[in-house]
Amino acid sequence: MARIGVFICHCGENISATVDVAKVAEKAGKLSGVAFSVDYKYMCSDPGQTLIIESIKKHKLTGIVVAACSPRMHEGTFRKAAEKAGINPYLCEMANIREQVSWVHPKSDATTQKALDIVRTLVEKVKKNVALFPIKVPVTKTALVIGGGIAGIQSALDIANAGHQVIMVEKKPSIGGHMSQLSETFPTLDCSQCILTPRMVEVAQHPNITLYTYAEVESVSGFVGNFDVKIRMKAKSVDMKKCTGCGACSQKCPTKKIPDEFNEGMGFRTAIYSPFPQAVPNKPVIDRDHCSWFTKGGKCGLCKKICPTGAIDYETQDEFIDVRVGAIITATGFDLKHADFFPEYGYGQFKDVIDGMQFERLASASGPTAGEIRRPSDGKIPEKIVFVACAGSRDKAKGIEYCSKICCMYTAKHAMLYKHKNHEGKAYVFYMDIRAAGKNYDEFVRRAIEDDDVNYIRGRVSRIYEKNGKLIVKGVDTLMNSEPVEIEADMVVLATAVVANAGAESLAQKLHISYDQHHFFSEAHPKLKPVETNTAGIMLAGACQSAKDIPETVSQASASASKAIGLFSSSEMTREPIVAVVNRQGPPNFTSCTGCLLCMEVCPYHAIEKEEIKDRAGNLIKVAARVNAGLCQGCGTCVAMCRNKSIDIQGFTNDQMMSEVMAMLNS
Amino acid sequence: MQTLDKKYMRIGFYPGCSLEGSSKEYCDSLFAVAEKCNVTLEEIKDWNCCGASAAHNLNHELAIALPARTLALAGKQGLTEIVVPCAACYSRMATSKNEISSNVATRQKIEKHIDLKLSADIQILTVFEFLQKYIFPVVDEHIVNKLNQKAACYYGCLYSRPKETAAIEQIENPMEMDVVMAKAGATPIDWAYKTECCGAGFTMSRTDIVAKLSGKIIEDAADRGAESIIVACPMCHVNLDMRRPEIKKQLNKDINIPVLFITQALGLSMGISADRLGLNKHYVPTDKVVNCMEKLEA
Repeated sequence: MARIGVFICHCGENISATVDVAKVAEKAGKLSGVAFSVDYKYMCSDPGQTLIIESIKKHKLTGIVVAACSPRMHEGTFRKAAEKAGINPYLCEMANIREQVSWVHPKSDATTQKALDIVRTLVEKVKKNVALFPIKVPVTKTALVIGGGIAGIQSALDIANAGHQVIMVEKKPSIGGHMSQLSETFPTLDCSQCILTPRMVEVAQHPNITLYTYAEVESVSGFVGNFDVKIRMKAKSVDMKKCTGCGACSQKCPTKKIPDEFNEGMGFRTAIYSPFPQAVPNKPVIDRDHCSWFTKGGKCGLCKKICPTGAIDYETQDEFIDVRVGAIITATGFDLKHADFFPEYGYGQFKDVIDGMQFERLASASGPTAGEIRRPSDGKIPEKIVFVACAGSRDKAKGIEYCSKICCMYTAKHAMLYKHKNHEGKAYVFYMDIRAAGKNYDEFVRRAIEDDDVNYIRGRVSRIYEKNGKLIVKGVDTLMNSEPVEIEADMVVLATAVVANAGAESLAQKLHISYDQHHFFSEAHPKLKPVETNTAGIMLAGACQSAKDIPETVSQASASASKAIGLFSSSEMTREPIVAVVNRQGPPNFTSCTGCLLCMEVCPYHAIEKEEIKDRAGNLIKVAARVNAGLCQGCGTCVAMCRNKSIDIQGFTNDQMMSEVMAMLNS
Repeated sequence: MQTLDKKYMRIGFYPGCSLEGSSKEYCDSLFAVAEKCNVTLEEIKDWNCCGASAAHNLNHELAIALPARTLALAGKQGLTEIVVPCAACYSRMATSKNEISSNVATRQKIEKHIDLKLSADIQILTVFEFLQKYIFPVVDEHIVNKLNQKAACYYGCLYSRPKETAAIEQIENPMEMDVVMAKAGATPIDWAYKTECCGAGFTMSRTDIVAKLSGKIIEDAADRGAESIIVACPMCHVNLDMRRPEIKKQLNKDINIPVLFITQALGLSMGISADRLGLNKHYVPTDKVVNCMEKLEA
């Protein structure tokens, strides 16, 4: 026979000013199965908790209902009190008579009646509660970092330095990402490669980091603490153990006219190549889409002939390796829209209309012009450059409503770099607003305007066209009486919109993490969980979540790393037992589940698997569903789907829900 | 060859004020081309002003109601498609249709004003959509001349703006008229002023602005070697053709490039006489276009 205790909280006056708490306590005491009922000013206070503990002991209560605030607020408090009194904490339930009653209704008899109704439903539920125990899940203390840009590098180093193993997967032949392509960085104008390459080397040499370049994540299964990941190692055609990185193969390769991705198409590379001189690892791979051995069926073979260590192997195939990791950090970065996205700016036909990343390469000492800003069409030094901030961003008509965030700053930097290298040159910046909200950011932009004489024009550019070898930039100056402006420029730099990586959507689907309409990965909570995803154990770092500059990326990468390190701080993880279970019965049925596995289809967390029930001889008796408690998030979709009520959420079973509903209806 | 069943093909026609007045040759050439291809255009009975220029600046409801009445009359007449050759009329019609089909309250209010029922499914065709849909399937057998010259197709503002009512697929770089000109044998050029403003309604009040804006259009077309400018808007035609003396003063040079309606250019390639196409009604002589024609071998 149930002996339920009911504890009505006044919450100071929060509840008692609207609800007649004494009456609720009195009436609750008369409910069937209720052995004790009391009201008190602050139930969460120490004396309040002591009252609960003493009452459980004194009245030999088998379950309690605390009618107070939202369970989000104090469920943990009261369950701990129940535990202290010697009963299972999951035998304690809360009736929310504050947020759902006193805060939303005026003082009246109906309000009091509603409070009592809620208490009554919970009393009926708690009668059916059973003891539950937290779930323990083992944790594999290895992290997978997807992407080897500055975000991935930072996360990997933080985790590795905390003493845990890290596996880094990078799809390109070298780590470094976009940051390795940058010239100088705002707001200090220090050289990007100079600060990045030491960290790249640190990754390669770190005893706790295993680096897989030219590799991609093929598939992911499992759950937090225990992800099983298959990694595709793309065929490099070069034996990394034999290769010394001497570079003789790249020098001799006859296929030399492949647009160089590292230089944003403004230079050429060979078919066997290492993307840039500071690459990590600094060993080449063969680009099979362009190498004549592969495109022309066994022609050439020069690199193999001249390789002094015999490292070239045309026969290698893609290989797959399986790893188990406890946490995953996605650091896959971003892409930029290119000039061909803009018909009004010459749809990519004008060679001297370039995007921001191309300008970075022109300004970089390691770039195609060795740091001299020369225009791509004829190599001349431009006398006049127009920078267009917001090319595509904040433009509903282009389908990109968001701000790309980094452009205001890098455009100011670009204009500055140009002026520092060409004192006589003229730089114009068309902008919508200047968003320079960061430490020393606005000062940086003011420096460009005031010290370096960059002409800032507030207005948008409607069209760019070529005439007599000049680029005519037509825009408007909204601060000068909205006068139309026409500038004859030698070069135009478009700060094109930051967009998600081309492969972002398919990676998100492999990882079962959500993403927004622009394919940026979604954080679990925009304010309070900005680095976690909705899938436990998968964290976000850098621009794969939204456009970010370097400092912000590094901060988020370290935050992600700390989440992984926190997860690795014990070898077992404890989880709330609010998960789905498939019922179990004795033979001959074993379970009422018929193995239709509709639940498996609908489970958003891929937490349900097929189980084969066998006898001792190993003969198959029955197929049924089984819930992986490590993956289950307790959403209940499977329960709604199950045709014969074989699956239930612990703590929220069909039976419990039904009791609550019936109690409400029978009022 | 695809044949069109005339029985089911009733295409409405809304002339608006321009096609009965300043741009009569646009109307004549459109009918000449249609007639040659055995396509009949049926004028909407009792049509009224589209409200361009004035109404939409003064009274939003009136601006919606005026074209709505014409649309309702077309529906009453049993038409499901209407050709609106004037760009300004097209813009007003499309805007009105857009508002009444996206907002039930507006629609009910407007129906009360005009005392007619509105049917939202009337298709409004621009002249190039009409050519594409009804003339192109049968035009090949009628093309007898090659218009051997470089043509600058000028779209102006109202076909490509705003985005919601644009009749253009790639609004920043329209190609619809270029396709028609290629059909006529001309070489459409890529140029910078396809969608720039000609000065439009300032043609009466501020001819200096028109001279400045239209001057730039004509200058760029000429600089890029165009031998004709092709338009599909009466207002653009007036500014580019009739305002040539003011433009000459503005540019300080005389550019003699003729401005043709797209139906006139296509008509020439179909062997329709210059007189019938109204080519003698222009201020800038059009004989350069007439003379560049090459007879195609049968």
